[in-house]
Amino acid sequence: MAGQIPLVDYLVLDAGEPHLVAQECTNCGARFFDRRNACAGCFGTEFSSVPIATEGTVRAFTIVAFAAPGIPTPFAATVVDCAGTQVRANLINVTPDPEHVHDGMKVRLATYSLGADSDGTEAIGFGFEPVS
Amino acid sequence: MSASDEVWILGIRMTKFGKQPGLDTVDLAAEAAMGALSDAGVTMKDIGVIAAGNLMNASAGIGQQLQKQIGQTGVPVYNVANACATGATALRTAIMAVKAGEVDYGLAVGVEKLAGAGLLAGGSSKKDDDTWTPKGRYGAVAPVDGRIGTETMPGVFAQIGTEYGHKYGGTSFELFAKISEKNHAHSTLNPLASYQKRFTLEQIMNDVMIAYPNTRPMCSANCDGAAAAVVCNGETLKSLSLEQRRRAVKVSASVLTTDPYEEGCQVLPNVNTLTRKAAEIAYAQAGIAPSDLNLVELHDCFATAELVHYDNLMLCEVGGAADFFNSGATWRDGSTPVNVSGGLESKGHPIAATGIANIWEICHHLRGEAGDRQIENAKVGLAHVIGLGSACGVHILEKSAAKSAV
Repeated sequence: MAGQIPLVDYLVLDAGEPHLVAQECTNCGARFFDRRNACAGCFGTEFSSVPIATEGTVRAFTIVAFAAPGIPTPFAATVVDCAGTQVRANLINVTPDPEHVHDGMKVRLATYSLGADSDGTEAIGFGFEPVS
Repeated sequence: MSASDEVWILGIRMTKFGKQPGLDTVDLAAEAAMGALSDAGVTMKDIGVIAAGNLMNASAGIGQQLQKQIGQTGVPVYNVANACATGATALRTAIMAVKAGEVDYGLAVGVEKLAGAGLLAGGSSKKDDDTWTPKGRYGAVAPVDGRIGTETMPGVFAQIGTEYGHKYGGTSFELFAKISEKNHAHSTLNPLASYQKRFTLEQIMNDVMIAYPNTRPMCSANCDGAAAAVVCNGETLKSLSLEQRRRAVKVSASVLTTDPYEEGCQVLPNVNTLTRKAAEIAYAQAGIAPSDLNLVELHDCFATAELVHYDNLMLCEVGGAADFFNSGATWRDGSTPVNVSGGLESKGHPIAATGIANIWEICHHLRGEAGDRQIENAKVGLAHVIGLGSACGVHILEKSAAKSAV
């Protein structure tokens, strides 16, 4: 079977238990999702990979109607508070309109396929869906 | 020349904002700069330093391009860029030079041609590769803007607004639309505004949605424009005519900040902390309180942004921005008129010009020259801009105490 690759390297696919990981500063605990040169909070240079809670609360949202070419609209962009760590994501598996999307919603991590490349490798993206 | 803690705006000018197809970037910058020089009663020969910004062409050296049109005097030029805080950054740069006594007069200029620009920021639309290949600091195999949240300005600032509502309550699509209604109403009195049209609340809420809850009239207007200011310090001012001293506006505070680290600030920009910090420093520098302000020109890049800045600039209590707006306080006849110029939503936002243009508005009122839209007895004003990345400029301006002759 062809392999899978995550959309971003902070999405860990982990055989059926997908989750996000952050780089956590070993000195002050600040968490980042990108490759780091140092900690923006305390200037430390040691990090460890930590898993992020897969459930959270929508803290801020918008429904974007105009986007870069190739991005289907409208879509709901959010910041999800996952047990104290802020995560940028789209809301998926929900109608992107003000009737269905609001701050304070309980959501959980979900994944979807971006399709296969010419080698047959499937790219997997993530979003958050409402906890029913 | 000697150093002085007192800084003055001696002359200032903004061009009409709007579509200016017959004028290029340097034409607009020259109009503003020559206007400011004339307003100040000085010439390019007197200027010892130039700070200039033009974001759309940031590496093209707008300062030197301007010199080639209006005066190549060999003085230092600082071409500056700080996103939407570029104009305030240019002014801050000129202020630092005159404050230090390095030069007698400094010129700050901001100019932008943005009419018809459409959606700004957001990821590139380059074609996805043949095979999924991790690239960049997130190891992304495809562009993430639109797949992992949004980087478009209307969407980022929409979230900043809904986040405020999540923390404190009291917000709604209608509330944000009412802020836009206020600014469009204010602009009908401003002949330099890009748009001078009143909109009803229904028209605003039913207009094209860009990023909920920001509809098109709730977004800053892309347009062409420039603004420029001539500054000097208190020692220099003493030597000038009574008329120059009467019309000079005191810069009681000139502050620039960037966003300090906070949890989540690299996920959704935090425009709150750096604004509050800039305001605190500014009020302390000026020795005034928010309640002393007669008018405020703040950065309503989107209607959702204006609301949070009521709180950040300490015009209301923490968490009280919705109640503050609903009390009518920020309309031109309220206790704290905000954006009587029409704001970025209606006056327009030619990015590098905005930080000097909103100071022009404050000066216009402090000099008693604002005509139909004059805020009566205006003595103290605050101008605020914020650019994502981020940078925040806050200036507090005060009317000159010098009386006119006779």
